[in-house]
Amino acid sequence: MNIDHTILTLIVFVPLAGALLLALLPDRGKTMQWGALGVTLFTFVLTLHLPAHYSYGVKSGTFQFEQNIPWIAGPAIHYHLGVDGLSMWLMVLTGLLAPLGALISWRAIDRRKKLFYVLFLLQQVAMMGIFASLDMFLYYGFWEMSLVPMTLLIATFGRSERRRRTAIKYFLYAFIPSGLLLVAMLWIYAQTDTFDLPTLANLAAQHAISGNSTAMWIASLAFLLAFAVKVPIFPLHGWLSDAIFEAPTAAVMVLAGKTALYSILRFSFAIFPAESHRIAPLLIALAAIGIVYGALLALVQNDLKRLAAYSTLGHLSFIVLGIFTFTIAGLGGGIYQILNESLAGAALFMLLGLLYERYGTYDMRDYGGLAAQLPWVATMFVITGLSIIGLPLLNSFVGEFLILSGSMQSVFAHHHFWTALAALGVILSAAYMLTMIQRVFYCDLGFKPRTVTGWDLDAREHLALWPMVALFLIMGVASPLWFRAIDPAAVALAGHPATAQVALPDHVLKLEAEASGGANAAAPAPLQPASGGAR
Amino acid sequence: MALPTPVIALLPEYVLTVAGVLIMLIEAVLKPGTSRKPLGWLAIAATVITGCIGWFQIRLGTLSAFSGSIQVDRFSIFFHLLIGAVVVATLLASLDYFEGDAASGVAGNAGEYYALVLFGAVGMMFMTCSTELLMVFIGLEISSISTYIMAGFRKGQASGSEASIKYFLLGSFATAFFLYGIALAFGATGSTSIAAIAAALGSSAPSHMAFLALAMMIVGLGFKVSAAPFHVWTPDVYQGAPAPVVGLMSTAPKAAAFAVLLRITFSGFPSMEHRWGMLLWLLAALSMTIGNLGALMQTDVKRMLAYSSIAHAGYLLVAFTAFPRDGIAAACFYTAAYAAMNVGAFAVVTQVGGYGEKLRTIEDYQGLATRRPVLAALLAFFLLSLIGIPFTGGFFGKFYVFAAALEADHVWLAVIGLINSGVACFYYLKLLASIYAKPEDEAAQDASSVVPAERIGVPAGIGLTLAAAATLMLGIFPGRVLHLANNAGKTLSPDSAQGIAGASPAAPQVSPIFSLKR
Repeated sequence: MNIDHTILTLIVFVPLAGALLLALLPDRGKTMQWGALGVTLFTFVLTLHLPAHYSYGVKSGTFQFEQNIPWIAGPAIHYHLGVDGLSMWLMVLTGLLAPLGALISWRAIDRRKKLFYVLFLLQQVAMMGIFASLDMFLYYGFWEMSLVPMTLLIATFGRSERRRRTAIKYFLYAFIPSGLLLVAMLWIYAQTDTFDLPTLANLAAQHAISGNSTAMWIASLAFLLAFAVKVPIFPLHGWLSDAIFEAPTAAVMVLAGKTALYSILRFSFAIFPAESHRIAPLLIALAAIGIVYGALLALVQNDLKRLAAYSTLGHLSFIVLGIFTFTIAGLGGGIYQILNESLAGAALFMLLGLLYERYGTYDMRDYGGLAAQLPWVATMFVITGLSIIGLPLLNSFVGEFLILSGSMQSVFAHHHFWTALAALGVILSAAYMLTMIQRVFYCDLGFKPRTVTGWDLDAREHLALWPMVALFLIMGVASPLWFRAIDPAAVALAGHPATAQVALPDHVLKLEAEASGGANAAAPAPLQPASGGAR
Repeated sequence: MALPTPVIALLPEYVLTVAGVLIMLIEAVLKPGTSRKPLGWLAIAATVITGCIGWFQIRLGTLSAFSGSIQVDRFSIFFHLLIGAVVVATLLASLDYFEGDAASGVAGNAGEYYALVLFGAVGMMFMTCSTELLMVFIGLEISSISTYIMAGFRKGQASGSEASIKYFLLGSFATAFFLYGIALAFGATGSTSIAAIAAALGSSAPSHMAFLALAMMIVGLGFKVSAAPFHVWTPDVYQGAPAPVVGLMSTAPKAAAFAVLLRITFSGFPSMEHRWGMLLWLLAALSMTIGNLGALMQTDVKRMLAYSSIAHAGYLLVAFTAFPRDGIAAACFYTAAYAAMNVGAFAVVTQVGGYGEKLRTIEDYQGLATRRPVLAALLAFFLLSLIGIPFTGGFFGKFYVFAAALEADHVWLAVIGLINSGVACFYYLKLLASIYAKPEDEAAQDASSVVPAERIGVPAGIGLTLAAAATLMLGIFPGRVLHLANNAGKTLSPDSAQGIAGASPAAPQVSPIFSLKR
């Protein structure tokens, strides 16, 4: 049976069916855990269908596994799903993280399990929907929907008294810019009469969306703002550390980063190519500042989760830096780094969750000398830490290397100051990560390890962590496996401005001329260049 | 069909009136203390029959009766069906409520309530299908008087009586404005028929008296829909009145008043659109802002929902500033979406509070998800719809309204509206977070959860399911209702070029969003 045309629908709605099923089952014993694990594993297996049946080497800018059904006649909204090299691996990643999240919450969530797992699966639905939608309106639906389960998860399962405030803060931060996004979307619809992303991307490539360049500029800012808050990009990160501080482990694993970064790549870049180039210098600067700012704040935290939050900010900024260079290396590296960061970040939060389960605190001052008691936890922690730092042979190295080399090639960072600043972030992230590992695992025996008996990883936790560690290594040495699909997407994104011809402000034209020159120079063999960096 | 046209046209109203009178008579015969539920079921059956008649009337096209003072068209039938649906849902949700508190021995005299609901519905239906201002006024009075009484229906409660009297005093004041407006319109045009007024105004130069007449009528209707600055009664009345009654009176009479407003403005005074457009622009902006800012500070759930309903009246008024057919269709759709989610929200409040309305404040709702997970989930769903999260009716309602406003170049109004919906989500979220937040004292909670929670009665369950299903359907398959709404818009404004469905490139506008900035 050929399920290529329905596979995306299945991936999106199997978790929804699972959520409904769990809502109807009685909350007894371990029903909820097993149910959620079964549903998420099944979804993961479904997502594996995508890379297995993906036709690599097709022309960039085409989508596969498409399904396009008219949904609402007026306004013309279609149920249009499809993936390309950009979104495919993100769906697989989301599919992988979900069962791991269910495994890691097995014991941590002991009250109101039904609510937790139902919301967890709904979050999964929203994220899969975001990655699969090719209709802007449908996408917006999933985008807004993704806020709700996360807000409720924080409000219900947050660990301090401030959880309600944090939940509301998170929601407002994301919801208000989304309102502006909706206005911009409606404006585009009024101009073009379509919500269909491939159609809009074609129109954008011919500069046929609107002749009003001021309006296009403002609309592009509305898009970017909505996404930048969710990434978050410095200085819009106000919600991040609070939300990470409160949210339960499985929710934190999927909280920041990938959906918004994907949205920038998919929507901002496709619909507003010229405007995105115009604002790129600013974003590169903000990203470089964010890298250093996140690292510096991470250095002075005593709370493990806040440390991880600022580390997340720094590493997400790296990706922003990469994608806004508009070079093939930068974009490819950025896309790859989204996968790496999500994996490594998730692993770090899982490990922190394990420590919290054992010792009931995230305060670094209470720990120390754990390595002797928990050798396996320590090993996993060190590997994850090294992956986050970007040790060669591990996954993040590939991404960060490409991003930095891309930003060196970029026409936007003329004097390479920002690249140098960003490289400083690599050193700083090594500093805080190693300091943390040292304070938690080596040092003298801390207060908690003396008073509380911990236990090393059990079978379930081994099961949750080993896939991560294995992937760190595989993605570090066999990156071409992924770049087969990512490269065409990166080439397509970098190549957009080459067709820019319509009257635009002078300096934009100049930038674009340079950018297209750069892109052409960097793209002699479209399918190879990024993996060249990995060798 | 042997029945004469006037009978067919007003058949829904006849059925409801007869049922209402019957219920009144039976109520007088029944012994105090016996269950009034059969009367409630009778009322529900009558309303369902009314709905079926309305459905049947769609096929008959436009019916005109009583020398043109009644006109049953797709516009009025849309509102008939909507009002019928609201009444059925409310009656289902309140069937157990008005049985009263068995413990305290307060008998509800529920029969009177059912009769009043039906009479109110007759008045509202009358309002939507009259094309004669005096008939509109009669409908308005019938519906108002029954809601005044219902607001104070929980006898022996000071807040209820206060609500009732406040509502009555301010309400009669507002109807006086409306009546004065009718008189002025008669003076300006020599007629009280909406069609005749339109004809007279279309042929003569715009007169100040006619505009004053319209302004007076807008004041009167503005009170009924609780648009700012005529909203001051809303929080007090909603807080004091019984929860199911609030669910009814925050939706059905508002829908009827909006229908009248649509008819008067778009088909009675179309030649003055630029002037009343400005006026309603202002009312919309004020209502949204005052409603949302007011709701921010509330701690009582019903009061908060009252302010939220003011804000929603504002969103709805935004649609009036759009092009006629877009605007009417968007307004009709929004009314339906708003009715579904608001009736649902108040039905949950009814269930949670019970007859004594024990749980009132946002703090009282804390941990509701643990005690009554199904009700909590439903309330959460309705609140999300009120916020306007996609895949709910509220989202599409807002979407169509603001799309229509953008289409007509009202960028700033749309921006004000969207900022407002950002503000609005704060207070909805406060309640939502409270419902789902862990109870402060887990141990005490476990002890209390041993006590079996009250079950949701079957009728209330049906009512809640209906409201939730309607909200979800409007959010996932809005097509059908939108089609009805577009037809309604076409009926009322047949000459205009396009509905929302055809926001086509043929439309002769350039860059609707940013033209204000040029």
